[in-house]
Amino acid sequence: MTGLPRPWALLAELTHACPLRCPYCSNPVELVRRSAELTAADWARVFGEAAGLGVVHTHLSGGEPLLRPDLAEITASAVRTGLYTQLVTSGVGLTETRMAELLDAGLHSVQLSVQDADPVSSDRIGGRRSFPAKERAARLVVESGLPLGLNVVLHRHNLDSLDEIIALGLSWGVSRIELANTQYYGWAQLNRAALLPTREQLARAEPTLRRWRDRLAGSVEVIWVVPDYFEGIPKPCMGGWGSLSITVGPDGTALPCPAAYALPGLDPPSVRDRPLAWIWESSPAFNAYRGTAWLPEPCAGCPRREIDFGGCRCQAFAITGDAGRTDPACALSPDHHLIKELTEGGDPAAPAELVYRGPRRRRGAVGEVMVSAPPEQPIG
Amino acid sequence: METDWRPALAPAVLLRRDGVTGADLLVMPERVVVLNEQAGAVLRLCDGASTVTQIVDRLLADHPGAPVAEEVPVFIDRVRGEGWVR
Ligand code: SF4
Ligand code: SF4
Repeated sequence: MTGLPRPWALLAELTHACPLRCPYCSNPVELVRRSAELTAADWARVFGEAAGLGVVHTHLSGGEPLLRPDLAEITASAVRTGLYTQLVTSGVGLTETRMAELLDAGLHSVQLSVQDADPVSSDRIGGRRSFPAKERAARLVVESGLPLGLNVVLHRHNLDSLDEIIALGLSWGVSRIELANTQYYGWAQLNRAALLPTREQLARAEPTLRRWRDRLAGSVEVIWVVPDYFEGIPKPCMGGWGSLSITVGPDGTALPCPAAYALPGLDPPSVRDRPLAWIWESSPAFNAYRGTAWLPEPCAGCPRREIDFGGCRCQAFAITGDAGRTDPACALSPDHHLIKELTEGGDPAAPAELVYRGPRRRRGAVGEVMVSAPPEQPIG
Repeated sequence: METDWRPALAPAVLLRRDGVTGADLLVMPERVVVLNEQAGAVLRLCDGASTVTQIVDRLLADHPGAPVAEEVPVFIDRVRGEGWVR
């Protein structure tokens, strides 16, 4: 096909199971059951097809990929097809034995998440005790010689510890720190009121970020995923729909973005039924918002359309109920007031309860989610 | 630039040939840099064993008359600034 971009990255969600219960988890609210997961042989085929399309990177993610006993086998098959293979983990379950297995399998790098710099706070946000496991994981990765990146999702409960979080990463020997302001879909959307930071918190974070970036330039890369609710500028989500990256879920569902599970009517294809080449090139789901021809006003006439492609489809859906509208994070969007109400309304100090992710949930009335067990440790 | 420096790719960085275009790629945990032919030729020689002077000599042997002596050390230094070689 001419003019079609080639994919560069494959996000392989090996399982949705996870020992942690982060209230902003990017997994869908309807988690895929373990019995529906692809086998290692399925993944080997997917990696081969991905490499054939031009994919260079794969991120072995989850949930917690270490819950797959066959993770080393899966890793080895990705490495064999020539993919640069990164493990994305909470660190829970990364023992010395498993680290050695993964190293043998040819793993290239590890991205470790931490919920906060303070162990008690980190465990509270993750919904279980896990900080010591993370410390151990960081040590094992660094000792193995693989590059270690730290990923921290930022929100009201940890944004004020930015300084300590970066210092923690350095003390663990990371070569990269990704500070990702929460994106409000899925679980995070349920918890938006409890997670949204205040404008003041973000203003305080800015000089801290700048100071560390200057200090670490050329040694440790510090990435900042912008809080688009506050900036009035939409993000070019996933570098554009169907333009850089493929997500494959635990059961083989293929999506242009890991948040797109929630988009109604998308009818995502599965790698069980179709070759990845067809999925990428021809599937209706990957073509739904590809490029700029489909863009509505004000995007259609906007000079930024080749930069942000009208922003994030999942956010447009989450806020307006229509995935085909301009991302309301954009100050030019006719729906921007909906975002402003969220960031400006309400008492920022009001306690809001966090809903931890968990398997036992069913949908209640429209827009409402019922939890059968109350969260163990509400914070806020 | 120190003359005894022996540049090597940083541990997180792999040099790969792209299966689709044949271009040289620098692949890092979250990023891919597509190199032009000259950049690829220089970085392939950053093996941790050769000094910058030796790298320049080798490139000169392959490309006589090219402005290698002026441009290559500047390029390697810039790439070091990015953290890709050390
Ligand atoms: S965000 Fe938290 S709960 Fe979700 S997969 Fe990552 S560690 Fe597990
Ligand atoms: S109007 Fe559309 S294209 Fe322009 S900046 Fe906003 S989202 Fe981007």
